[in-house]
Amino acid sequence: MSNVFIAFQANEDSRPIVDAILADNPRASAVYSPGLVKIDAPDSLTIKRATIEAHTGGSFDLQQIQINLVTLSGHLEEDEDHFTLSWKH
Amino acid sequence: MTNNVDLHTREIRPLRQTYTHVAEYIGADKPATRYQEATLGAQPTANFHYRPTWDPQHELYDASRTRVKLKDWYVLTDPRQFYYGTWTMSRARQQDAVEASYQFVESRGFVSKMPSDLVGRICSQMMPLRHVAWGGNMNNTFICAYGYGTSFTAPALFHALDHLGVAQYLTRLGLTLGDASTLEAGRLAWLEDPKWQLLRRHVEDSFVLQDPFELFVAQNLALDGLLYPLVYDDYVNGRLAGMGATIVAMLTAFMPEWHQESARWVDAVVKVAAAESTENLRLISDWARDWADRAQGSLSPIAEMILDQSGQEALSGVRDRFDARCRKLGLEVGTKIT
Amino acid sequence: MHAPVNSREMSKRLSLKERYVAMTRGLAWNTTYQPMEKVFPFDRYEGIRIHDWDLWEDPFRLTMDTYWKCQGEKDKKLYAVIDAFAQNNGHLGISDGRYVNAIKLFIQGVTPVEYGAHRGFAHVGRQFVGAGPRVACQMQAVDELRHFQTETHAMSHYNRHFHGMHAPGQWFDNVWYLSVPKSFFEDAFTSGPFEFLTAISFSFEYVLTNLLFVPFMSGAAYNGDMATVTFGFSAQSDESRHMTLGIECIKFMLEQDPGNVPIVQRWIDKWFWRGYRLLTLVAMMQDYMLPRKVISWKEAWEMYAEANGGALFKDLARYGIREPRGWKDACEGKEHISHQAWALFYQYTHAAAFHTWLPESAEMEWLMQKYPSTFVEYYRPRLEQWRAQNAQGRRFYNMTLPMQCRVCQMPMIFSEPGAPATICMRESVHSGTTYHFCSDHCQSIFAAEPQKFVQARLLVRQPQGDKREPTKADGERPDFDPWQPLLAEWEVESGADNLDFEGSVDQRNRAAWTMPVSEVGT
Repeated sequence: MSNVFIAFQANEDSRPIVDAILADNPRASAVYSPGLVKIDAPDSLTIKRATIEAHTGGSFDLQQIQINLVTLSGHLEEDEDHFTLSWKH
Repeated sequence: MTNNVDLHTREIRPLRQTYTHVAEYIGADKPATRYQEATLGAQPTANFHYRPTWDPQHELYDASRTRVKLKDWYVLTDPRQFYYGTWTMSRARQQDAVEASYQFVESRGFVSKMPSDLVGRICSQMMPLRHVAWGGNMNNTFICAYGYGTSFTAPALFHALDHLGVAQYLTRLGLTLGDASTLEAGRLAWLEDPKWQLLRRHVEDSFVLQDPFELFVAQNLALDGLLYPLVYDDYVNGRLAGMGATIVAMLTAFMPEWHQESARWVDAVVKVAAAESTENLRLISDWARDWADRAQGSLSPIAEMILDQSGQEALSGVRDRFDARCRKLGLEVGTKIT
Repeated sequence: MHAPVNSREMSKRLSLKERYVAMTRGLAWNTTYQPMEKVFPFDRYEGIRIHDWDLWEDPFRLTMDTYWKCQGEKDKKLYAVIDAFAQNNGHLGISDGRYVNAIKLFIQGVTPVEYGAHRGFAHVGRQFVGAGPRVACQMQAVDELRHFQTETHAMSHYNRHFHGMHAPGQWFDNVWYLSVPKSFFEDAFTSGPFEFLTAISFSFEYVLTNLLFVPFMSGAAYNGDMATVTFGFSAQSDESRHMTLGIECIKFMLEQDPGNVPIVQRWIDKWFWRGYRLLTLVAMMQDYMLPRKVISWKEAWEMYAEANGGALFKDLARYGIREPRGWKDACEGKEHISHQAWALFYQYTHAAAFHTWLPESAEMEWLMQKYPSTFVEYYRPRLEQWRAQNAQGRRFYNMTLPMQCRVCQMPMIFSEPGAPATICMRESVHSGTTYHFCSDHCQSIFAAEPQKFVQARLLVRQPQGDKREPTKADGERPDFDPWQPLLAEWEVESGADNLDFEGSVDQRNRAAWTMPVSEVGT
């Protein structure tokens, strides 16, 4: 079992995304350092568009994640509603 | 003793205005524009460690890949002064306008208000152009990869991605006027319909050109210089608008606008390179004339298809205006009609 | 040919995946008037077999409209910060004058590599047969141009006020230590398209990228460098797309044909090692050049290489890929390479375009704490010796140029794995000439492609023979200093760009800028 991670610039735009990830992935944990928030999770992590929209109150296109994304780890699968990182071993 | 701790009153004089390689071009005592700093002298020029295994006849960056000779390739500039930031922000604004047009057309159901046979004809006439634009993408990527000097190669990559954008806008048009089967039909026509084969052969022949400057002239000056006025001025904004299909002009507004804007760059490159020597002038004029002759031939069945009986005359007119444009750039093409 | 009236109200809603295929792969066709092998002449010669390009998956699926919107938004924000930084003399906000030398290293060693990546990805963006990867590579090509240009713009304000930043391109092409990144990139670009992707997209952008970016960007954040932080985070969002291109390309090659596995393994071995050697400069920056420390190189290596890389190679095991041959030695090196590199540049700083210095006592404490098993025994004594010489007014400069490894071009400063007090050096003879290497792994890289590496330029040799030589008359002058014409040729401003930070123009300037106004003129 290995960790996947995703990191964002720590700002107003990424806050609802981080909140959504922590809400949907109970085993994920966030660490903050200047300007950066890194979220680690064992095996896999899923970001759901619906949860982000529940946090922002507006519509959200998952491709917008890119604007504040810093780095990630794991295999990526994405469709209109989900963005998932995972390892397959 | 004063107790003023206002840093802003302190004078902090810079050591220099800009980078040395930029100052060499603009002078040491002047601040540089963002375009200048992003472009001038950016490409490595010396001490390459290895020859390309895919082209051992040349160095990694090698001006001798083209027959055009320039003492300094940075003499070529882009009058639009695009660097990545200004290019993207400009295209983002244009994309907003495209988005608004699609919203407008789709929310009012305008497509369904058009006669279906007209819509069908428009699709069959325009969808294969997606592949022509894809060819423009491939060729400009080639120019960026193998050309010499950042002021020549960087805008070529912008141009390659602009072509991809055009191809994708045409795809979106197809999906709005029709559906996935519309695109597939266009693809089949591109591969098999006799009317498109001269143009497809033309495009494929351009794929095997090895001289990046010849390719620049063949694609960006000659082919697009005839294709865009024919399709977007004469056909979309002329013929189709006259037939009540103005939404096509709305949904493809980016194309003629982009063509005009980028023609300023194409013209500036051609003009300056041709002016440097009689050899360059001869070379570039021959390329312009020969590739325009070929393009005119390849577009002839297209002109007939989209403009019926007025097709050949329209194409002729487009060619005359192209020749006039080339003469303005100092090239020796065509004869003036007196 | 066209669908009947009533199915035309709204375009059929395609899934993200289907729409993306229509927008990319659907635009391409197999040429018939010109043979495909002529249109795509480079896609077979490396021996990689692709049976079905349609199986390529592009996870981010960006069409140009979305690309322009996202990137336009990022650049608007970024340039607003760069403008504000310049307008408000943001360079006064950095923690300590020594910090700027970290970003000198960045603009000299990293920014030109971004340019190289721009051209290299344009090349593969034309040459791959598969339309999907071509589009992904073209987007990366223009992203890398973005990085080159935004870095150049972000650093522009620093260049106006500090030395060591004014001729990065010239130095990249001509100065000995920059042939480490230059040869790295040119080796990748001159290789075939599949090797290029394995080298850059996978080994560098996926496996090792965090070790380049996080140290520099975190270092900038901790040391008050707003311009670099902003640029860094903005660029990193592009890097995520690049990383996914890297992992996708490796999976794709491995899944297409079992015959590809040994070829890819060889490339992973080569490029992991070359990338690791390139990162020596970053390791040194992280441990020695940041006045306010973030984490040590060793800690960064453990986090990003050992943990993350470990997970990756466990994942790739199902294809028959093992961890790179140099993995264990690279992990062993985490205790050593930053110290070895700083010692190198400390003594050769007369011939480099950035300053060096000895760590202050609090910094020595930090180093002892972070490297308990190696710093005190192997590296502190030399630093203390230099400190003693300094105190006597004899700041040590080694007035020669170091010997470089033929492959990675790093000087021979690395120790034998397991024997830190012994320099590691290897030799091979090829066609009657002896070549030197820093390690077994560079020696193996040479052995696999000697015809390539015998071409490499060793810039340390140029003063002796390749370029201009001093005349006899020169040598007889009592005040002749052979370094002056050499530095002039390199466009390194002697006495301004080079030498110790103590006594430098940068140091004097910074003291003047940050002096309380009440003392100005006293």
